[in-house]
Amino acid sequence: MLSKRIISCLDVRDGRLAKSVRFVDTRDIGDPVEKARAYYAAGLDELVLYDITASSEDRGILLEVVERVAAAVFIPFSVGGGLRTVDDCRRVLLAGAEKVNVNSAAVARPELIAEAAAAFGSQAVVLSLDARRNAALPSGYEIVIHGGRTPTGLDAVAWACRGESLGAGELVVNAIDADGTKEGYEIALTRAVAEAVSLPVVASGGGGRPEHLYAVLTEGKADAALVASMLHYGEYTVQEIKQSLAGRGIKVRWTADDGRPTTRDG
Amino acid sequence: MITIVDYNAGNLTSVRRALARLGLPAQVSADPDTVRRAGRIIFPGVGHAAAAMAALRSRGLEAALREAFARGTPILGICLGCQIVLSRSEEGDTPCLGLLPGACLRFRLPDPALKIPHMGWNAVRVVRPHPVLAHLRPGDEFYFVHSYYPQPDDPTCVHTTCEYGLTFPAAIGVDNLFAVQFHAEKSGPVGLRLLQNFAEWEPC
Repeated sequence: MLSKRIISCLDVRDGRLAKSVRFVDTRDIGDPVEKARAYYAAGLDELVLYDITASSEDRGILLEVVERVAAAVFIPFSVGGGLRTVDDCRRVLLAGAEKVNVNSAAVARPELIAEAAAAFGSQAVVLSLDARRNAALPSGYEIVIHGGRTPTGLDAVAWACRGESLGAGELVVNAIDADGTKEGYEIALTRAVAEAVSLPVVASGGGGRPEHLYAVLTEGKADAALVASMLHYGEYTVQEIKQSLAGRGIKVRWTADDGRPTTRDG
Repeated sequence: MITIVDYNAGNLTSVRRALARLGLPAQVSADPDTVRRAGRIIFPGVGHAAAAMAALRSRGLEAALREAFARGTPILGICLGCQIVLSRSEEGDTPCLGLLPGACLRFRLPDPALKIPHMGWNAVRVVRPHPVLAHLRPGDEFYFVHSYYPQPDDPTCVHTTCEYGLTFPAAIGVDNLFAVQFHAEKSGPVGLRLLQNFAEWEPC
């Protein structure tokens, strides 16, 4: 049986770590490579690096960060932000990422998903979707792009299904309304997407306490939960989150000397 | 020196980086003579079995791997490299290297809630100890991404199993060949230790 994955997203701006609250007002909170190394040592299951300056100029700084992270952590990690072409994707994969994370560019040109899947395999292509509540759409959620600034008219669940049929291997469902609030994941959105596709679903946006992860991994039917503020500001450790989940009956992965119950048998 | 076999089957740099972290000298090579002469071989890979076998053949690496295996070179297969050391694969109905008799089978899972590929962290159970697995503790997990799994003909070639709708072999071996379905290079400290064990393994 698979463990539920705890993933952290490091938002990178100009090579530094930033964490946005509802995608505006970003604050510099450190070196992404140092954070990545610390989380790896703490037993994090997977990492996402998201370049929030990518719409603008310099991608070279990001690739350097990707290379340094790849040399420091030995868990899967994906890279997203501003990837528009198969060549963009190839560059971050060659720099050491396992997966690419496409978002706005795939909305503008859905073939990008199919092209990347053909070039690197579906397991390397993550479709990240930003959704905001909109009662006028069938699922109640609309896809937004450009960091949440631009509505698209696309229904979130319909877009998730389209992404699956185009060859995405995994979905990150980011709830813009919840992002940075630390008030809990958007359960209804996550569950609607998870029930509509047969891909692994990563819940994103709103995680503030371990019980939020528990809710989205059970009721929300997510396979993994993405945490940012909870870890970045030191409010919780990876171990504390996992212990809390394990205490509620969720299967999580333990690494050596990280507080796994000693009586546990595989 | 560990030779990582390059046959255009996915990103080999993560294996190279993991070995670098361990301080183990390694080279990535697509040259059959280098593979023939290698002191130790890691045979990684992601992708399609038929494409991989075609690439191995066109580069002269199929014969080189057979020769290296026959002369006793320690070989570690990873993921696709664990599958195509078997006799055949259901993926594209492909004849494979046949270093270890058996077949690579597609997951057929009755439970629709179990997604394919099997992707993520899962625990393995050691069913037959092996020096490469000497460090494992009950419950240790590795990172998997696959839709097919290895099934040796001889059950004594199975060293660990994993549960995902069924019990499937996750590490297999015979003589100087050991192969793991999971990505040891992406499985954190427990995976790095496995690579270290491989580097120190002296098959008898």
